[in-house]
Amino acid sequence: MTSLTKEATAPLGVKSRDAERSKNFFALGLVSWLYTRPVETTTSWITERFKDPLVRAANEAAFKAGYHFGETTELIDHPFKVPPAPLRAGEYTNVTGNTALAWGVIAAGQLAKLPVFLGSYPITPASDILHELAKHKHFGVRTVQAEDEIAAVGLALGSAFAGHLGVTATSGPGMALKSETISLAISLELPLLVIDIQRGGPSTGLPTKTDAGDLQLALYGRHGESPLPVIAAYSPSHCFYAAIEAVRIALKYRTPVILLSDGYLANGSEPWLLPNIEDLPDISVQFATELNHIAEDGSEEFWPYLRDPQTLARPWAIPGTPKLMHRIGGIEKEDGSGNINYTPQNHQLMVNLRAAKIAGIANDIPLATISGDEDATTCVLGWGSTWGAITEAVMRLRAEGTKVASVHLMHLNPFPKNLGEVLKRFENVLVPELNSGQLCRLVRAEYLVDAHSISKIQGIPFTAGELVAAIKQRIL
Amino acid sequence: MSDTIVPLTTKKDWASDQEVRWCPGCGDYGVLQAVLQLMPELGVSPANTVFVSGIGCSSRFPYYMNTYGVHSIHGRAPAIATGVKTARPDLDVWVITGDGDALSIGGNHLIHMLRRNVDVTMLLFNNRIYGLTKGQYSPTSELGKVTKSTPLGSVDPPFNPLAVALGAGASFVARTHDLDRKHMTEVFRAAHGHRGASFVEIFQNCNVFNDGAFKDIVSREQRGEMLIDLKHGEPVRFGADGHLGVMATKDGSLQIVEVADVGEDAILVHDKHRQNPGLAFALAGLSHDDHSPTPFGIFRQVESHEYSSAVSVQVAHAYERNGPGDLAALLRSNGTWTVK
Repeated sequence: MTSLTKEATAPLGVKSRDAERSKNFFALGLVSWLYTRPVETTTSWITERFKDPLVRAANEAAFKAGYHFGETTELIDHPFKVPPAPLRAGEYTNVTGNTALAWGVIAAGQLAKLPVFLGSYPITPASDILHELAKHKHFGVRTVQAEDEIAAVGLALGSAFAGHLGVTATSGPGMALKSETISLAISLELPLLVIDIQRGGPSTGLPTKTDAGDLQLALYGRHGESPLPVIAAYSPSHCFYAAIEAVRIALKYRTPVILLSDGYLANGSEPWLLPNIEDLPDISVQFATELNHIAEDGSEEFWPYLRDPQTLARPWAIPGTPKLMHRIGGIEKEDGSGNINYTPQNHQLMVNLRAAKIAGIANDIPLATISGDEDATTCVLGWGSTWGAITEAVMRLRAEGTKVASVHLMHLNPFPKNLGEVLKRFENVLVPELNSGQLCRLVRAEYLVDAHSISKIQGIPFTAGELVAAIKQRIL
Repeated sequence: MSDTIVPLTTKKDWASDQEVRWCPGCGDYGVLQAVLQLMPELGVSPANTVFVSGIGCSSRFPYYMNTYGVHSIHGRAPAIATGVKTARPDLDVWVITGDGDALSIGGNHLIHMLRRNVDVTMLLFNNRIYGLTKGQYSPTSELGKVTKSTPLGSVDPPFNPLAVALGAGASFVARTHDLDRKHMTEVFRAAHGHRGASFVEIFQNCNVFNDGAFKDIVSREQRGEMLIDLKHGEPVRFGADGHLGVMATKDGSLQIVEVADVGEDAILVHDKHRQNPGLAFALAGLSHDDHSPTPFGIFRQVESHEYSSAVSVQVAHAYERNGPGDLAALLRSNGTWTVK
């Protein structure tokens, strides 16, 4: 392929060393012929993408040479043909998970009527979120490339105290470093979005490969009793909606929220039927502007921990607001006044209140829904990027006549209210995960269901075929 | 700063209703009083002021101010304050920290806040000991310091906080001490007035775990011969009738001399606005123990690119150039196609 590429580009005056860099386009041309793909999309993309005329010409020549090579050598008898997928009518764009996620954060800022503030430190595979947000400052987006992961989340939390939508994006190693500040955010009860684009671990692990090993880190990876909501995106385009939902919860309940994506979603792309902007939810918040408590001496004062009875969220009073000056910190606070309080009963109360606030979110999220055969004895339970493979595997099994159902979770803390009841309807609950069975252990512990793990930890996603085989092995 | 008229305040308006809980006799009380006394004179409002602290005795400070405040986590105050200030350049942001908080666990955030030159006023209470954890040596404790964690004496040499700040490119660097309310107030006033990151080291006595750490320099009996009060545009002289002075030698180092021996013209004239931090660095390093003449006052004050306003200017320019963000257009920015 190297020599064919060199041959194709030499007439343009491309040096042999530079010609090698066009080899990928030769391969793409060949594959385009193999699958009978139209060439215009690629050639116009090349024209758009490469500004240097020589590079542009070389890539185009290599691409065409690859295509013609397939045609003239008749490499195989019958090229494959992939017909257009049956898609719902509407306007589409092609989007990667990280782009959709960044756009979701921008959309969330618009829907909340808050400026977005991203504190981030470069890390694979999350850096593209920083890159994308840095491009859109005219949406009122501020991005800071911090000195480290700890500073990145500290900056975001500081911006939240000051009334911005504070966001930080990272991957596993960065999550470990941010842990203490996330606990502070739980104690301060301020909104904060923490994005974890999972990759293979532990340590540096497989930085460019996908993994779902951070679920338990997201749920439990902090000191003390420190529950927070956890949300997982399940497809590249779903990253957009997952970001809005995570921000909605963070703002409404004044809590850090961890949003899980992974390397597969981050860099994977799919056609996305664009939403109507008008259909997106209003997630705007009210800052506190008034004194809210009468002191013993009859004077009015501001209590930063006086909770909303429904959501248990505390008022968000931002600096600059007259009369509402207050001090908050990581030391245990008295419920209501927010003053430092070490008494045993108050600490128990505050631990309980913080937990109840998060648990109560279950009343504010959709119930778990069953796809496939509701009367099946087997249910495949999934979360995150396994959605595509699970959906395809269930479809294939049902086409073969095997009854099977599936449930896919977006909310991992709290779970949908009906999840236990739903899972208990099935004899077999199978949980495919790109980890050693983290969700599986959780539903066993939570609901006493005899769930079984289907585990793969190779840095690559499940294929539908693998899941069909694994499910069959369990149930037939 | 906004154009709104700030109502006149008194010291009482700046004090919170919380009981101050430092050990009796702690140097922190003096610093708190100096700040409380200064605030009404600055023409700013409590509602627009934010105090951010880390962890340590001094970091309780925000609770005693009737302003907005965050008592955060160990070492991270500069990062959180940078977030507050970058989000809201209209706010007046102060960082309260200590020698362990700023120079040990938070060293990275300290140098980067100074490097960025975020418009924040940082007061570093240096007592050369870990007080809150009851007496371990700190990154500013002298070599050989015997503490609970170093029963045979510490073997790691200390940081010079001012040298660290100057090395990080700080645009405002000063030193004061907890026994001189007037000096503290004037240094804090200048630090607050400076546009950019202001770094103030305060020699602060921990009377429980490191009592008298600075007494050979700052006690009333010693001050005259040991405290070098830097004054911009004036020769650096100290001691009774200014008989001592600081002279630059040929190799660029500084030397303490009898003025009578070298003549008045040979004495260094202090210029805090000098862009090159070399002389400020040399002044910071003039004393290398707690028993020799030590400079106080403003070592360096230079105009420099400020971070939070630069971030805001970029946002404003993007807005001017592209108009307000259009979400529908953003989602279509990579091209679209229609399925019928």
